[in-house]
Amino acid sequence: MYRSHVLVCGGTGCTSSGSGRIVEALEKEIAAAGLSEEVKVVKTGCFGLCALGPIMIVYPEGAFYSMVKEKDIPEIVSEHLLKGRIVKRLLYSETVKEDEVQSLSQTQFYSKQLRVALRNCGVIDPENINEYIAYDGYQALGKVLTEMTPQQVIDTIKASGLRGRGGAGFPTGTKWSFAAASVADQKYVCCNADEGDPGAFMDRSVLEGDPHVVIEAMAIAGYAIGATQGYVYIRAEYPIAVKRLSIAIEQAREMGMLGKNIFGSGFDFNLEIRLGAGAFVCGEETALMTSIEGHRGEPRPRPPFPAVKGLFGKPTVLNNVETYANVPRIILKGADWFASMGTEKSKGTKVFALGGKIHNTGLVEIPMGTTLREIVEEIGGGIPNGKKFKAAQTGGPSGGCIPASLIDTPIDYDNLIAIGSMMGSGGLIVMDEDTCMVDIAKFFLEFTVDESCGKCTPCRVGTKRLYEILDKISKGKGEMEDLDRLVELANYIKSNSLCGLGQTAPNPVLSTLRYFKDEYIAHIKDKTCPAGVCKELLTYSIDPEKCKGCTLCARVCPADAISGTVKNPHKIDRNKCLKCGACMEKCRFGAIVKN
Amino acid sequence: MENVNITINGMPLSVPKGSTILEAARLGNIDIPTLCYLKDINEIGACRMCVVEVKGARGLVASCVYPVAEGMEIRTNTPQIMEARRTNLELLLSNHERKCLSCVRSTNCELQKLCRDLKVDETRFSGEKTPSMIDDSAAHMIRDNSKCVLCRRCVAVCSKLQDVAVIGANERGFKTHIGCAFDEDLANVACISCGQCIVACPTGALQEKDQTKEVWDALADPDKKVIVQTAPSIRATLGESFGMPIGTNVEGKMVAALRRLGFDGVYDTDLAADLTIMEEANELVDRIKEGGTLPMITSCSPGWIKYCEHIFPDLIPNLSTCKSPQQMFGAIAKTWYAKKMGIDPKNLFVVSVMPCTAKKFEVGRDGQSAAGEGCPDVDVALTTREIARMIETAGLDFVNLPDEEFDAPLGASTGAAVIFGATGGVMEAALRTAVETITGEELDRLEFTEVRGTKGIKEASYNVGGLEVKVAVASGMKNAKELLTKVRNGEADYQFIEIMGCPGGCVNGGGQPIQPASVRNFVDLKSLRAKALYDQDANMPLRKSHDNPVLKEIYADFLGKPGSHVAHEVLHTSYVKRTRY
Repeated sequence: MYRSHVLVCGGTGCTSSGSGRIVEALEKEIAAAGLSEEVKVVKTGCFGLCALGPIMIVYPEGAFYSMVKEKDIPEIVSEHLLKGRIVKRLLYSETVKEDEVQSLSQTQFYSKQLRVALRNCGVIDPENINEYIAYDGYQALGKVLTEMTPQQVIDTIKASGLRGRGGAGFPTGTKWSFAAASVADQKYVCCNADEGDPGAFMDRSVLEGDPHVVIEAMAIAGYAIGATQGYVYIRAEYPIAVKRLSIAIEQAREMGMLGKNIFGSGFDFNLEIRLGAGAFVCGEETALMTSIEGHRGEPRPRPPFPAVKGLFGKPTVLNNVETYANVPRIILKGADWFASMGTEKSKGTKVFALGGKIHNTGLVEIPMGTTLREIVEEIGGGIPNGKKFKAAQTGGPSGGCIPASLIDTPIDYDNLIAIGSMMGSGGLIVMDEDTCMVDIAKFFLEFTVDESCGKCTPCRVGTKRLYEILDKISKGKGEMEDLDRLVELANYIKSNSLCGLGQTAPNPVLSTLRYFKDEYIAHIKDKTCPAGVCKELLTYSIDPEKCKGCTLCARVCPADAISGTVKNPHKIDRNKCLKCGACMEKCRFGAIVKN
Repeated sequence: MENVNITINGMPLSVPKGSTILEAARLGNIDIPTLCYLKDINEIGACRMCVVEVKGARGLVASCVYPVAEGMEIRTNTPQIMEARRTNLELLLSNHERKCLSCVRSTNCELQKLCRDLKVDETRFSGEKTPSMIDDSAAHMIRDNSKCVLCRRCVAVCSKLQDVAVIGANERGFKTHIGCAFDEDLANVACISCGQCIVACPTGALQEKDQTKEVWDALADPDKKVIVQTAPSIRATLGESFGMPIGTNVEGKMVAALRRLGFDGVYDTDLAADLTIMEEANELVDRIKEGGTLPMITSCSPGWIKYCEHIFPDLIPNLSTCKSPQQMFGAIAKTWYAKKMGIDPKNLFVVSVMPCTAKKFEVGRDGQSAAGEGCPDVDVALTTREIARMIETAGLDFVNLPDEEFDAPLGASTGAAVIFGATGGVMEAALRTAVETITGEELDRLEFTEVRGTKGIKEASYNVGGLEVKVAVASGMKNAKELLTKVRNGEADYQFIEIMGCPGGCVNGGGQPIQPASVRNFVDLKSLRAKALYDQDANMPLRKSHDNPVLKEIYADFLGKPGSHVAHEVLHTSYVKRTRY
């Protein structure tokens, strides 16, 4: 028995901010202090508050240290772990109220969250199956195999109202029932861990923090539909997730949770990993399966749907990581429990990757129906530098933006579709007043142009032409007719593309046009970018009242566009100016004006 | 078969369950335009030309791959659909090198036809184009990606029909282009030069290497005697280039046209086909009697030979050492014929008209110059398409030309030779000669119908003078692979196998007139063209190769007997192992 546990986040975010070195330093200091038998250091998955990494939490006190530095470790060990005096100045400020240490769940970031899919992330050691088992792990699989028929499993998932967390929100139980009804000598269960939306990383975090939950859920799905083989398709850019999942599969196999005759039930289930090379389109289910089969990752037309003819032409169930992460809990706690959370048609919780212009970037899991305002202003801690909220993008490049006027919309699948966006896999990017919506549309479209597989004409050529029109507008060369052309082409691409990538690619354009048409018009008619982003439309000038003639701007200008003499106001030659902004960055008197 | 009830444009229709909307619409006499669709080969729903509206479906659906279902309500011609198809074409045009005036496929281009049908004369879209890449490294063809519409038909035939799979899509999105892996040159991969990709291409992106200029130059050269040979299948296909029905035998008009182009001798590869049978039948009998490598496999098809060298190099000893008929013709022309006519073989220019692009590669192979180094058996191998272009250029009214006969002496042939153009033909011709050679008795019935027909693999067993001879015939490399895998694994005990590189044999060769997908998908080109050849065979006075009178003269004068030392020098060749990658 240890008297203290130090949980250090070993997710990708904290790993890149140096949590590996923190663990080493901790272990060294703990050993030096002779506490190795009393204090255990555990490398966990993601805590969610990535902005404050590296993060560690010390139990039983629940002291939450954020932005931990190596040099702080000796003090934390000697003061806190040895002498029992929490080093309050190094704690996350939100957890210290009037000099009292508060529990993490009382902080603004965590208080509104409800962790179902992420419940073990940041809690257990993902590389130790016993810790998963200690938290009820593999109980659901045991229950399913010994007490339930496949039909009962499907009925439970159906009754829970669980919908696919990968984007489209198809009812999971219904999907399973289709595959179960297909007759075949072999069926497959696949897991989509090819998370590709820019900024989304909830699936990675689940695999890094709680890999066994996915293994357990896939085995349950296998039992439900009659499959004995599963594949996890995961992108090779997720090395930590791949490693932890491999370890987990190995451990599960050793303990008999995978393999032949699981729990003596006669049910066999095997699981293998397939690495993806990072093509966004491979998140589309048919492209993903084509890739597993060893071909170029391209989608194929549906029907036939995977439940009838999927991987290697056999009936297949494909769900994403987060969907699976909900399954064992539903089995253990019941469909009613799950269905009690969320809105009428969207049950349970949803994990969002909060990013952009917001204080608390990171992972949050909230009940469906939470409003955008709660996420942004409360959980997210608002927008930095006193700027105003302008819009939030959900669904990544397939989604759309939600303007400030709709900030009180309760977030669920159907509401997001109704306002021209979509849930997607759960990326949520917050934008402030300095964001140009034409530029944002261009940014997302550039992504899809680049990630289009090139198979069908509308996506391959259509998105490119759509991008070119946006580009023209952002450079002040647009005409009013271009707005009609954008809408026509966007609608054509939506209704004619082969797969979901193309069918949703124009959404960022359509939704920005819907809510921010004025900005487009400003770019076209006034040749200005109201947010001051589109470079071609900017002019830099020097306010002679403020300029002290320090000459710094003239020295940093790479184009020799600034002239003037010492102690006299300087001037920018607009013909020479590259609009790089270097002068503005350097000016200590705020004399450079951009408009 | 079970039917389902649907409506198309409000009209009720009962169609077989499992049909696609495209097939169902055809049953209702509605043609939905397609571009990427090749029946059974390329059903990928990529180009989106064939989109239709299905009540309840999200967006428009690709009718070529969308299965019908009971009660389905389909619309094929609403304004939205028409606009979608037009936009589709406009987008394709916006990234297409629109040099229609000078394009080899002008008037026979599926993209052009769609634009005409749907009244698309300009594109609203302009912008960057995918960088153009031209691959002219191979001996037989050129790929110009600036005219490619990425329908993937070439990729599908290369992998699914031919099992060669040396081309595919490279890069992605707007940069997607067809090429070999790592954009390697076609000349450096295991391409077998069959040209099936060319006949599958809807536009001018793929074409044979045009060598008509070399032929025009030779014809204009007063120092050269220029003779031409036409392969057995050309007479069954050339008419298509001039709008004649598929399967019309135009032998007489073809001879007349070639004569009018100025060839000094208009001859028939059929003579060399008969010669091939003499040598090959002898080789087979010899291998059976002497315990040589069996099964013996035919060597007429250069696409097949190259496939064997790349993919089945272990079976090279099984290949007949006989040169192909094209090369045998050239070899005899530059030796026996040149001497007989008193021409220096160096001044004799042999042109062949072939159904085949691999023949262009074969011409340049090692060991194909019987008259000595620097004097190739055949100087230029043209495809059917190229000779049709020459006839057009010369302004000949092909359809109304009189029927004329081949010149002597190299125009003499038998019915056994003319059926070389269809899968199973070489086998049947060889059997006619081999059986009579072995038994010493005249055959009652010349038709070996078991080896006829367009089935991919055919097997038969014959009792020849007390000896059981097991034979097999395959055409198209996918079928060949299936058959040869059995041979390789010792699961088959054939003595003789005929293999043709292209499915259906030479009548469906990669050098033949291009029929658009709208025809290919619904008409059995192979059977119609082959029928013209079998009909001709049935009506010929001589139907066995060993009855060819000119061959008797050639053997008496020059070669001695089949398989003689001279015959080996002139008519036989060897093969090389090639790598797969």
